[in-house]
Amino acid sequence: MTDPLLIWSYLESGPLLWLTATLVAYWIGDRIFRLSRGKPWFNPVLLSVIVLGTLLLATGTPYETYFEGAQFVHFMLGPATVSLALPLHANLRRVRKAALPMALALLAGSLTAVVSALGLAWLLGADFGLLASLAPKSATAPVAIGISEKLGGDPAMTAVLVLMTGMIGAIAVTPMLNALGLRDWRGRGFATGVAAHGVGTARALQVNPTAGAFAGIGMGMNAVLTGLLAPLVLQLFR
Amino acid sequence: MPAIVSGIITLLLFQLCGEVISRMFSLPLPGPVLAMVAMVIGMALSERLLALIRPVASFLLQNLSLLFVPVGVGAVARLSDLSAHALAIGVSLIGSTLLAICVGALTFEHVARLTGNVDEEEEA
Repeated sequence: MTDPLLIWSYLESGPLLWLTATLVAYWIGDRIFRLSRGKPWFNPVLLSVIVLGTLLLATGTPYETYFEGAQFVHFMLGPATVSLALPLHANLRRVRKAALPMALALLAGSLTAVVSALGLAWLLGADFGLLASLAPKSATAPVAIGISEKLGGDPAMTAVLVLMTGMIGAIAVTPMLNALGLRDWRGRGFATGVAAHGVGTARALQVNPTAGAFAGIGMGMNAVLTGLLAPLVLQLFR
Repeated sequence: MPAIVSGIITLLLFQLCGEVISRMFSLPLPGPVLAMVAMVIGMALSERLLALIRPVASFLLQNLSLLFVPVGVGAVARLSDLSAHALAIGVSLIGSTLLAICVGALTFEHVARLTGNVDEEEEA
């Protein structure tokens, strides 16, 4: 029989192991989420990240090795973003009708996200590098990373902050907006997409199809607006 | 050729064009978002395009959460940076995200109500 260490070193050098692990971790996370009947605390992304993170730490595997396998999953983000055209098309008439509330909610939500994120972090002593990484965190990951680079932030850090933002939004949105008594699924979804991009949109799709469609639009629109707002607001903290 | 393959090809071609145009004119919009807008226009013009995309797009959107896992695991690689600024990052992310969602949703609902913009397609 071959030495298990040899098998391990073979597995570690290829994408098979961590690609499989990513899918299995997600399957477990999704199972738990479903068993909890969609309780927001059991967010499937958060659960899978915890499982995989623990596994990486326990086996001493560097993130780069992990990502070699996980990149195939990561790559599908692009085509999935294009796919958001599907719910958008199905709701086009309602979207056009809601143009004014959407425009104002976009401006208010996007500005609130950038100003409050930088203000709070600055008050708690964050340095300029961290502020620059933090400024675009409500935009979708590929956009946020590009903005962070331009502002002098750390793009890899920004990617993590973006994801954490999305998970916080996905977990909090339903109980919070229920408590506020907001019933318009268009506005609920749209605000979620603006503040919590794709992870929030994924959550909105789980809760209500209308919310999902409007979240996709919110995400797309805030990708553009954050590119304009983040550099301006960051200037205030220089 | 199986329909699913033509669907994937179409999605990738749209994304490819989006990336090229976004880079060519250094637009603030990323390629996939540009491709999404083009796809909505395409779907409005062609029933065939809509039918072609629907199976693949539905599949991807049903599993959208999965696609964020690889970036999320990146937090492990940044644990020391994250814990060094844990308080600032934690308060800033939680505070700003919750505030932004509330402000956005409240703004939408108030403006919609003031302008009599009700959503008659949604039965409450």
